[in-house]
Order: sequence, then C-alpha cells, then structure tokens
Amino acid sequence: MPKTIGIPRTLAYYTFFPLWKVFLEELGLNVVLSRQTNKNILEMGVRDAVTDACLPIKIYHGHVADLKDRVDYLFVPRMISADGRSTFCPKFLGLPDMVRFSATDLPPLLDLEYRMRRGRFSNFLFFQTLGEQLGYPLRQVSRGYLQARRVFQAYREWQYAGLPPEEAMREAESSGRPRLPAREVKQHAGLRIAVVGYPYVVYDPFINANLLQILKDAGCEVWTVERVADSRLRTMSRQLKEDLYWYYSNRVVWAGLHYLSQLDFLDGLIHVTAFACGPDAMVDKLLELESRDRGQVPFLKITIDEHSGDAGLVTRLEAFLDMLKARQRPGLTPRV
Amino acid sequence: MKISFAHIGYATMAMERLLQDLGHEVIPPLQPTANTFSLGAVHSPEFACIPFKILMGTYLEAMERGADALLSAGGRGPCRAGYYGEIHQRILRELGHEPRLFFFWPPYQVPLDTLKKLNGLRGKTSWLQMVRYIKKAWKMMIALDDLEILSHRIRPLETETGATSKAFRQALGYIRQARTLEEIEEASIAGIERLHQVPQDPNREVLRVGIVGEIYVQIEPAANFFLEEMMGEMGVECHRSIFMTNYVRHDVFSRHGDLSARELAQPYLPLNIGGHGQNSIGDVVRFAAKSFDGVIQLAPFTCIPEIVAKSMMPHLSQELDIPILTFFIDEQTARGGVETRLEAFVDMIWQKRALRNAGSRSVFDRAKIPGDRGLAPVSSR
Ligand code: SF4
Ligand code: SF4
Repeated sequence: MPKTIGIPRTLAYYTFFPLWKVFLEELGLNVVLSRQTNKNILEMGVRDAVTDACLPIKIYHGHVADLKDRVDYLFVPRMISADGRSTFCPKFLGLPDMVRFSATDLPPLLDLEYRMRRGRFSNFLFFQTLGEQLGYPLRQVSRGYLQARRVFQAYREWQYAGLPPEEAMREAESSGRPRLPAREVKQHAGLRIAVVGYPYVVYDPFINANLLQILKDAGCEVWTVERVADSRLRTMSRQLKEDLYWYYSNRVVWAGLHYLSQLDFLDGLIHVTAFACGPDAMVDKLLELESRDRGQVPFLKITIDEHSGDAGLVTRLEAFLDMLKARQRPGLTPRV
Repeated sequence: MKISFAHIGYATMAMERLLQDLGHEVIPPLQPTANTFSLGAVHSPEFACIPFKILMGTYLEAMERGADALLSAGGRGPCRAGYYGEIHQRILRELGHEPRLFFFWPPYQVPLDTLKKLNGLRGKTSWLQMVRYIKKAWKMMIALDDLEILSHRIRPLETETGATSKAFRQALGYIRQARTLEEIEEASIAGIERLHQVPQDPNREVLRVGIVGEIYVQIEPAANFFLEEMMGEMGVECHRSIFMTNYVRHDVFSRHGDLSARELAQPYLPLNIGGHGQNSIGDVVRFAAKSFDGVIQLAPFTCIPEIVAKSMMPHLSQELDIPILTFFIDEQTARGGVETRLEAFVDMIWQKRALRNAGSRSVFDRAKIPGDRGLAPVSSR
C-alpha cells in the first residue's frame, strides 16, 4: 500500500500544489487533498485555531482537521521564502508550529523549510530533503523533481493565460504547456475589473462569497495578480522606495500598481482582504493612496470575514459596478 | 529643525536629551492619551497594529505643536514595523504635512544608510562629540531602566498605596535634571535611594509575574494602561522581559536577538518570525523555570508574531504548569476591562500559590536555564 500524504487545500496550495503533487506522485505516493472549503471546515478551523488568527489561517486549521484522520502524513511545509527577496507572512513562518500546538491527534507532519533563494538549485534541495525523509533514492527523486517542475511551469503559464488555479492544474497535467499564443486579449463589451489579493482569498469561492463568479455573471472580465507577468511585476517594484517584506503582499501591490497604470484598459480595481490581516493593513493603504494619487482607476476594498456570505458584500459590489458603468468610456484598446 | 519622535516609555527622556545635545530644537513627544489613541486610529488603516496607530497619533500631535522632522526606527522584516515609516509618511503627506523623516533600520543590515541618517542628524556636531552624546544618553537609559526595575520590586511591598509611584516620579525628575555623565550617575544613586525610602513591609508575601510580548506595548506604560503599577498595587512583582537597554543590546547591535530566549523557544517555535514572537515563547519557558506564579502576554490586536505565539500558549501553560493571561490591545480596550481581568488572574494565581505552598512539584532542572535578562538594579554602573 503506498503511503498517503494529505495536503490542505488552501494558502500556498494555490501557488505550489502542482509542484508538490507531481513530485509526490512520481515517487509513487498517494496524494490526498482536503475537501473544498465548506461550512464544516470553517467551523472546525474556528474551533481549533487561535481566536485572534485571520480567517485564512483558521480555514487552514479546518483543512487540517478535514484530513488528519485519513492520511499517513500531513504536508505542512514551513514556507519561508519563494524568491529570495522577501519572506512569507510571519503566520506562514510559524504555521507548522501553530498547527502542531492547536490540533490534536495529528499524523506525522512533513514540515521542512521551503526557503528559495535565487536559482533553481535551492528548489531542488527542498525536494531532495523531502525525498530523503520519505526514504527514496536520489535518482528517483531527481526524476520526480524534473517532472514536477515541468508541470509547475505549465501551470504558471495556464494561470497567466487566464485560467483559475484548479483548471490550470488540470490542463497542466493533462495537456502540458498552453499551445495558443500565451494570451489573447479580445475586445470586451462589459467592464474590465482587476481583482487583486492573496490567491487563497481570491480563488476560494467559499470565503469570498463567490466574488469572481458574481463579477463574471455581471458581465465583467476579471483580471488577477496571476495574470501579470513576473517581469512586469519586477518593473513595477521599482516604483516603490522599499519592498514590503512579504511575498504575496509584494505581488499584490506590484500587480495593483500595474493595473492602476492601465488607464485605458481597466475600469476598476478591487482589493480583497481578510479581516484582521496584518500585512494587508499596509498593502491596502498603499493601494488606496496610490490609486487616489493617480486618480483614474476607481478602487474598492472588500474585507471578508466569517460571515461574508451575507448580502452586504453583493450590494457594495453592485454599487461599485453601477458607478463604473456610468463612467464607462467606449472604444478602449487593450494595452498589455 | 524642530524634531520629534515616538514616546517610548521612560526612555523618551534619554532620546530627548540626545537630540538636544546635538543642537536640535526638540518637540518632546507627549505620553499617549486616549486622545492620541483615537486620533491615530482615525488616520490609520483599520487593521494596523496599535503601536502604528499610537505613533500616528503622536506624530500628528507633534506636527500640531510645530515639529517638522520625525525620528523613528523599526526592524527590517519579517514583521511590519520596518515599513511603518513609509506608510506614516504617506499618510502624513496626505494630511498636508511634509516632515523630514529619519527612519532607522538595524545598523548591521544597512550600515551605510544608518551612517547617512546619523550624519543628517549630526548637524554641526563632530562625530566624536556625537559618540560622546550617545554614550551619555545610553547611561541615562540604563539609569532609567534601573529605576523602573527597582520600582517594580518595591511597589508590591509598599505599606502606603501610591508611595512608590510618587517616589519613582521624583526619581525620574532627578534624572531629567542631570546634564553631564557625573550628574546622571549622582541622580541615579539619589533616585535609587529615594525609592528605598518608601515605607515597605519586607515580610509580605508577593506573587511574581513575568511579562512577555510585543515591545511597544511592553515599554510604553500608557499603551498597557500602566499595568505594572496596577499589578504592583495588587501585591504582584512584575518582571518585564523587554527594557529599552536590553532591547538595544540584543536587537539593534546584533543580528540574532536575545539568544537565550531564542534557544529556549526552540522546541516550540524554531524560527524567528519577526517582532518578539519567538522571545515571548522563550521567556515563558524561562519564567516557568524560575517558578514564577504566572505570565502575562501583552500584544497589539492583529499583531502577527504574537498571534502565532499565542496559539502555543495553552500548550505551554499546561506543559510547564504556569498560568498565562493574554491581552490583545487596541484603541477600544478599556482600562476597566483590563483591571477586572487582572484581578481575576491574580486571585487565581494566589490560589495556585497556596496549593503550591502546601506541597509542590517542579518540572525543571533549574540549573540548566540561562540567567534572568532583567537587569538587576546596580547603582555602581
Ligand atoms: S497574509 Fe494576512 S491573511 Fe495571509 S496569513 Fe498573513 S495575516 Fe493571514
Ligand atoms: S510585531 Fe506586532 S506590533 Fe510589531 S510591527 Fe509586527 S504586527 Fe505590528
């Protein structure tokens, strides 16, 4: 019987899952995901996690609870850095410890440090250590790693081309890299809205009350952080005196700045943030002030919490869209 | 240049002296009040941590009083404080203020940047003279910390409520008047003597409670509703884990922070997660090892590292058999609420003490634990 490894379906999952999954499966392990976030998971998370934690961390605890009885190992890597330039939010840094001391009856945790520096080699070291821990020979580990990288690359490209994470994963695994010209910007009759925020907030329909779908149903074209090229993000980073210190936050700010500069392309910018998120207090202020200084692209902040399912969010969203429609200018040409 | 800076507990006085010595006109920051809290909160992001909001309020008050330059500092990641300066400045600008900002990061990370900013502050003073002034301010900080520590020891023994606080304020007055190194030394001795004159009952049994948590809400008594004074008057001796002087030694001039606390935290939280999160864990272990009666964790609402630390507190409390009380502080926290919870906590640990006196156990080999970081009051320094 191959061992089963459980991966909580939130936080860094949205960015790195294909890399982890393909690697583990290439070793012949059985990868199990927790269920889609649902009410039960939220409740378990609220029960287990420390009261003052932000919603995404609570939900992570819920996913752990969902998995713990049906797997041999829990994959809870300590995400420290992904670009050698910033770290993750301190809650990511302490995540394995939070989980360990908040939940009970856990299977063994795979909690090794994910600390990327420049270059690919450090990435390999992570997987080498992981393979070693699980008792696989180097040759098999290397093969698995190469395969995982390939799929991961394709995944990023699919996301860039506009697929949401889960679809991008499916495509990357089944058909490899996107063959079409990476991106096609069509004329679009409705509004173009950029939604920036952490992937685990933007792409989890349960916690954001299905925000993206609501926008799509209203005829909007939605653009996210993942649809801005890394090179473009780096360019935008030079507009700030100082980087923020957190990986996801930087990407949100940079993407936000990018979208704010797309005046004749974009109709509005939405920042989605979780209740009591520490880094976002900074991120949101930066975006708000930048958008006010530039004064062209309307800006809306949406804070989600345990009860965002209610009507308030939808009402605010509708009001925002109405306002945008009233000022919509015809004949816009895309500039990407 | 009319310069102001954040109010940082009693060490404010030393900062003020230093800047005056350098020839600046100083707008001394006011101790934060409820007004500062709300002024800061209005102009800060909702989920900014309370130190950010208090600083915001303090700066705005200083600008109203004519300041045109601000001095501040913060670590450079992984937590928020290092980015405070940038955001504070942007918000101030938005409100129509254009202060010159000197924001210091730890010198070992950005040595050139630090020198440049120091040079900007130096004015006409020579570098050598500046070093002398800094040394003097440092002596002053030590004297201030010594006095504060001593006041925490004496207050629970006082026979007349409020006598220690009164003596302490007088002692602070001595230091404020001291100009030269010698005068500081004299003032320090006089202050210590003044505190010892407080009528005490040396045989009274007192509780010992350790205080851990985020630095600003620890060292600025106005941010924690003068918790140590409240506790002292309830007959509790407080041992705070962070004072300005040990902070400067551990975190400003070295890259590793307080090693012993970090080491003690290893089994629970092996990584520095920014702020003083790891210290909070390590210090709980230390206080437990020294058979303290309880620990209080002070943290700003939404403080990232302290939330991580708090998630381990129930486990630590059980494993090490030490009661822990956490306060998350924001602009809505009321003194009354804090006091009520403190009273209940103190009652609880008295009962526990009574049980322990009846027949005790200790989970530790005490010899293995590194020493107390609290600086013992030594007048000869
Ligand atoms: S970045 Fe914000 S939402 Fe994400 S874990 Fe940190 S505090 Fe929570
Ligand atoms: S340690 Fe806490 S209070 Fe300090 S900057 Fe970080 S979140 Fe704010």
